[in-house]
Amino acid sequence: MFGTVSRYLNKTTEAAPLAVFRVFFGLMMVLSIFRFWEKGWIDKLYIKPKFFFSYYGFDWVQPIGNYTYIIFAICGIASLFVALGYKYRISIILFFLSFTYIELMDKTTYLNHYYFISCVGFLMVFLPANAYFSVDAYKNPSKAFQKIPKWTVDCIKLLLCTVYFYAGLAKLNSDWLLKAMPLKIWLPSKYDIPFLGNLFQQEWVHYAFSWSGALYDLAIPFLLLYKRTRWFAFALVVVFHVLTRVLFPIGMFPYIMIVSALIFFDAGVHHKIIRSLSKILRVDYQRIISVAETKKYRFTSKIGLIVIALFFMVQLLLPWRYLAYPNELFWNEEGYRFSWRVMLMEKAGYAQFKVVDEKTGNRFYVNNKDFLTPFQEKQMSTQPDFILQYAHYLGKHFASQGHKNVAIYVESFVALNGRLSQPYIDPNVDLMKERESFAHKDWVLPFNDKIKGL
Amino acid sequence: MKYWKIASLLLVLGIAIACSSDSDNPEDTTDSFDRGAMLANWADNIIVPAYGSFNADASEMKTATTVFNENPTVENLQALRTAWKKAYVSFQNVSMFEIGKAEDVRFRNRLNIYPTNSSKIEELIANGSYDFSLPSNIDVQGFPALDYLINGLATSDAEIISFYSTHTNAEAYRNYLQLLSETISTLTNQVLTDWTGGYRDTFVANTSASASGSVDKLTNDYILYFEKSLRAGKVGIPAGVFSQQPLPQNVEGFYKKDISKELLLEALDASNDFFIGKNFNGNTNGQSFKSYLDYLNTIKNGGDLSSLINAQFAAAKNKANQLDASFIQQIETDNSKMQDTYDELQRIVILLKVDMVQALDISIDYVDSDGD
Repeated sequence: MFGTVSRYLNKTTEAAPLAVFRVFFGLMMVLSIFRFWEKGWIDKLYIKPKFFFSYYGFDWVQPIGNYTYIIFAICGIASLFVALGYKYRISIILFFLSFTYIELMDKTTYLNHYYFISCVGFLMVFLPANAYFSVDAYKNPSKAFQKIPKWTVDCIKLLLCTVYFYAGLAKLNSDWLLKAMPLKIWLPSKYDIPFLGNLFQQEWVHYAFSWSGALYDLAIPFLLLYKRTRWFAFALVVVFHVLTRVLFPIGMFPYIMIVSALIFFDAGVHHKIIRSLSKILRVDYQRIISVAETKKYRFTSKIGLIVIALFFMVQLLLPWRYLAYPNELFWNEEGYRFSWRVMLMEKAGYAQFKVVDEKTGNRFYVNNKDFLTPFQEKQMSTQPDFILQYAHYLGKHFASQGHKNVAIYVESFVALNGRLSQPYIDPNVDLMKERESFAHKDWVLPFNDKIKGL
Repeated sequence: MKYWKIASLLLVLGIAIACSSDSDNPEDTTDSFDRGAMLANWADNIIVPAYGSFNADASEMKTATTVFNENPTVENLQALRTAWKKAYVSFQNVSMFEIGKAEDVRFRNRLNIYPTNSSKIEELIANGSYDFSLPSNIDVQGFPALDYLINGLATSDAEIISFYSTHTNAEAYRNYLQLLSETISTLTNQVLTDWTGGYRDTFVANTSASASGSVDKLTNDYILYFEKSLRAGKVGIPAGVFSQQPLPQNVEGFYKKDISKELLLEALDASNDFFIGKNFNGNTNGQSFKSYLDYLNTIKNGGDLSSLINAQFAAAKNKANQLDASFIQQIETDNSKMQDTYDELQRIVILLKVDMVQALDISIDYVDSDGD
């Protein structure tokens, strides 16, 4: 057993796949940051709002006014340096920190995609991704290597496989498989997509998409790993992600996944890519190859390996933490995030907050528009931790305005996956008396239905 | 290996064909809900006729104002009041359609911001210069300002007409009154002309499923109107739902008094009729939210949402019918009836904003951010 592990850890492989991954990942990040900036989202999402929803324990991570642009600039430049492989270690660390900081500023914008990028960024801090086809290696041949430990490439593959497989597992529930929800809501509204628009009105298409989506997520790791099915799997990856791009507003993610999946191919493919890239960039391919010679990269310390092992242990366990909570996961959302649960829910909500003076009984309702952007209000109205944080914000705000004995109640309704709306938060609970924690939130009213499955 | 390659090639090819943006078979739209038909029904059978009718009433009110200004008698004052009331009630049928030109000119804000600012009106009349198009002047114009000038200046009709005849500043009062009526009529005419002059086609053609598509936009407008103007404005705010105390001075038609119930009922009927797609000039129903929901329901086999919404409209109308003609009176004698009406209206808001929006998959925020 121990022998197998140590033999595996000593195995080496070509450095090209990881280098290509680094280049494309960096470029995709440059594009993403540029796109985000160009669309005015930095202003709209991180500067305009008066108030930001923090992750538990991360309320010290806040946008810094107009300086927030600097964080994005750092992130963009660091991505470019990662792509170039220039001052790689410091660049990837800066990238990981700045990107993660941005994501932590407001959980309103939480997306699994962003979490995925933070995970990749973290992993890459410990990988020799600049050993080949990089400015670092080019300028300093002592840093150039033709071969790197096999596990360094495998851990990117493992992360990708985890994302897909867990996303597939999460789809094994009665809403997705037996009711074709929420695709049954989303697809008919895409009526204006040529040709497919009419198909989307058919019930069988909703089921076909649901089942094939689940099957795709569960099977694609194996199809990519198995050599004989690899090209077919890659075609599936392209088709699947292009289709999601056509159907849903998911930005850069499909492209990121498509280029990431290239890492599963043999080094031959990557050498071809590097040769083409060299041509485009007008750099001497032969010289790049020759600096690396046939040297093998060796880690000088085991710390990276240990950190990565721990990282994957957390990755494999974290999505199951919902089992520790009672009630319906989709309803209470305790243990929902950071678990690769993608596109599983259509949730709409309405939350009206009531400020009450506990002594006199005087009360009035809050206009959410005064404090939140429409996007924040939308996210807030269906997620208990948002509701609680907002309630506390309101309580402090009105207390500072001179209101006494402030209690905050909420009257809220949520509709989940096409069910009729039902009351969401106990309207008789003073939210000022509740505290955020990892404990179960018993002031969320029970879900009137059952969703079976994982 | 070879098979996989061929299979993947076919797969990519198949999807490429499927995704290519040309459909050479336009007939196969038959099995899906025709949003163009719904938009056409909205425009041709509801919105344009409602504006047409309101435009005629606004124009009559303008004429009645001119007649009164030329000859300020009690009789002419009463005729003006009748015309004002008719137009105000008629306005309830178009207030929810804040789209296109109406959105550009901020139609609802120009015509129906209440409570009106009577002291500011007096100031402006004394100064003699005012520009109603300024956003800061929304509370000195429209129906509520007219209400003040024809019902609220004094307690007796004789005293009221004295402002327009014997008052030292009578001409200024007449001018202000005239401009109020004219502005309403002009704005309405602008909106109607825009609809008949080409906007109708733009509106109906914009069947896109995005946030800028006509269905999404008007749905948002409709719900916003129902939540803010109807539920909160007409009932919730005066009943004190949003404040420490009831605010009877905030009722619609404050000076006329016995009109607030009629305005509410008209607005409720108009909203309900729009929901079921009822022809403005008849009793036939066309494509609407109701038929759209029913269509989606045949795919979903879910709860019968359109019936629930209709039943909730009926419940709200039932409560509203029990109110006093004057909401000031109602708030003073038994405000709980106002709050009961508010509660029923609130249930409609939830059904529209949560359930209907989810069923139709309409985004209620205009932020075009990425999703999962």
